[in-house]
Amino acid sequence: MEGHAVFDVLLAVLGGAIRVGTPFLFVSLGECLTEKSGRINLGLEGVLVFSAMAGFGGAYLTGSPWLGVLLAGFSGALLGLLHGLVCSLQRVNDIAMGIALMLLGLGLAFYLGKPLIQPQAPQIPSIPLGWWSGSQQVQAALGINALFPLGVLLALAMGWAFANTRWGLLVRMVGDSSDAARALGTSVSGVRIAATAAGGFIAGLGGASLSLYYPGSWNEQLSSGQGLIAVALVIFARWSPLRCLGAALLFGGAGALGPALQSVGVSGYYYLFNAVPYVLTLAILIWTCSPKRSLKGAPMELGVSR
Amino acid sequence: MSTRPWQETGEAIALPILALSGGLLLFGVFVWFGGHDPIEVWKLLFVGAFGDSFSWQNTLQRSAPLMLTALCVALPARAGLTIIGGEGALVLGGLAAAGLPYLMPLPANAFGTLLLLLAAAAAGALWIALAGALRQFRGVNETISSLLLGYIAIALFKHFVEGPMRDPASLNKPSTLPIAEGLRIGGMAGYDVHWGLAWGVVLCLVAAVWLGWTTHGFATRVVGGNARAARLVGLPSHQLIITACALGGAAAGLAGGIEVAAVHTSANASLIAGLGYAGILVSFVARHQPLAIIPVAILFGGFGAAGSLLQRRMGLPDASVQVLLGFSFVLILASEALRGRLFNFGLVPKRPALPAAGQPKAA
Repeated sequence: MEGHAVFDVLLAVLGGAIRVGTPFLFVSLGECLTEKSGRINLGLEGVLVFSAMAGFGGAYLTGSPWLGVLLAGFSGALLGLLHGLVCSLQRVNDIAMGIALMLLGLGLAFYLGKPLIQPQAPQIPSIPLGWWSGSQQVQAALGINALFPLGVLLALAMGWAFANTRWGLLVRMVGDSSDAARALGTSVSGVRIAATAAGGFIAGLGGASLSLYYPGSWNEQLSSGQGLIAVALVIFARWSPLRCLGAALLFGGAGALGPALQSVGVSGYYYLFNAVPYVLTLAILIWTCSPKRSLKGAPMELGVSR
Repeated sequence: MSTRPWQETGEAIALPILALSGGLLLFGVFVWFGGHDPIEVWKLLFVGAFGDSFSWQNTLQRSAPLMLTALCVALPARAGLTIIGGEGALVLGGLAAAGLPYLMPLPANAFGTLLLLLAAAAAGALWIALAGALRQFRGVNETISSLLLGYIAIALFKHFVEGPMRDPASLNKPSTLPIAEGLRIGGMAGYDVHWGLAWGVVLCLVAAVWLGWTTHGFATRVVGGNARAARLVGLPSHQLIITACALGGAAAGLAGGIEVAAVHTSANASLIAGLGYAGILVSFVARHQPLAIIPVAILFGGFGAAGSLLQRRMGLPDASVQVLLGFSFVLILASEALRGRLFNFGLVPKRPALPAAGQPKAA
């Protein structure tokens, strides 16, 4: 009986890690790309919720979840572009702009999304990885979001591209030394704007995962702060897209641990379990930082890594 | 920089006003696309915020916590740190104020209220001072650590409110035990506006005096303006920076305590309303000047107050104010780019100004 309960909890945490972790994965990859170019986007919460609304609306109006996903990506890119453009102006503080973007994205999403609260939209299909098992529970836990493998591929592709392609090196150069980039005749602002817009697109896919898969509807409490955490996730992953995958699963699993334990009768520490990832991130920061050296792996131009 | 003083002052006033007008204009176009009359919307915004004594009271009531959470950004910013964890200090302040009666019996009078508020301020001060200390002693970036500490604070708040401190009588909305009648903060001299407004205004004034007219405040600004110069003249940077963080955190904690003691009467989820985040923007718009925080907070409190009127009279969604704030803040922040150029038509372009106190320091 005891062993059975442990198995149930593990299974629920694994399934939950993927279910809850998919939006985490996309926002962290988007933030990773943005930060690699030397700029921080604190407004991904606004991007996430706005694109969740746009994706839901797109899927509802066209009847195709994938068109919704695409629309979510482009609306995320639009807000990312705005952030990139405004931050390129002289003396604009990117942290304050991020907070303003969060406010704007949430406001626009709630305003335009009012008529979308009632209807149902076609959902992103789930991939039944639990087909081999007869158990209903296993099947439920392993039916995964079709966007998740896409995110895994994206993480692999980004990790490869940062090391091996001209574009990846360009982004990293702009993020590590804008002087070097300028000396080579690269437009620093141009690369940063492009990276911020592309990061917004990727984060937008996370929004689609929220409104078109899990929880799979549109309402104003849709995001439980997944976009706000993006910055913490990226630090936790030390600016590596592959480690973003691990971090997203870990954060997703920690989020699923509370409800899973509750279902087997351990309750009362729900919120504290949810806070574990933040405590871990903070502990890592305290552990790896010292007054003499900043975080290893952080882009040098990033304001917050100094 | 050879800008004349009148230019700087003129710009500091003209730029936000121009940007704000742009935000209102953009918002008008936005609602016009939705089939509403923009002129009617603008009129209602004004009436709802500043039209009569009722709306003024509503506006001032909403601006009180914004002044305090803005101080949580402004004071550390003047010492050179970008703190964005005001929300965490605020909820912990609220929790401390609601929690103190659990620990000790309090006299049901103004002295008891003062003790509640002190507990709130102390909780907030500790939380933000922690971010400052991590920065000074471990080199942990304070923006990130204060953000993380904010999430941890909210988790602690929810844990205690829904767990050990829950009032069994609060069924639908988990809350702590309500604060005794005698400990609550009431309205000022027969008005609906509670004493929190006085706290906010007075503390902004005190902060301005501290920064502008005391040696300690001056030393804090030196540390924030030029850390190397501060070290060379032997200023105790660690102590000054952590003190500035603690004072800012105390203001945000106080905001939480006041919200609990004056508005919600117990600690519950209504306290987590983004007041800490709004304070960040208020402080940036006020360019981290405590005196400028007062009018900016009143203005944005006014937009919040007008929101319900827009909803009732025009059937606009309740998020319309958020859209307006979003447009305005983006434009106000973007208008920074025009600083030093506004009254400088056709003259020789100057070299970029020194980074403002709150911006991340260039290594």
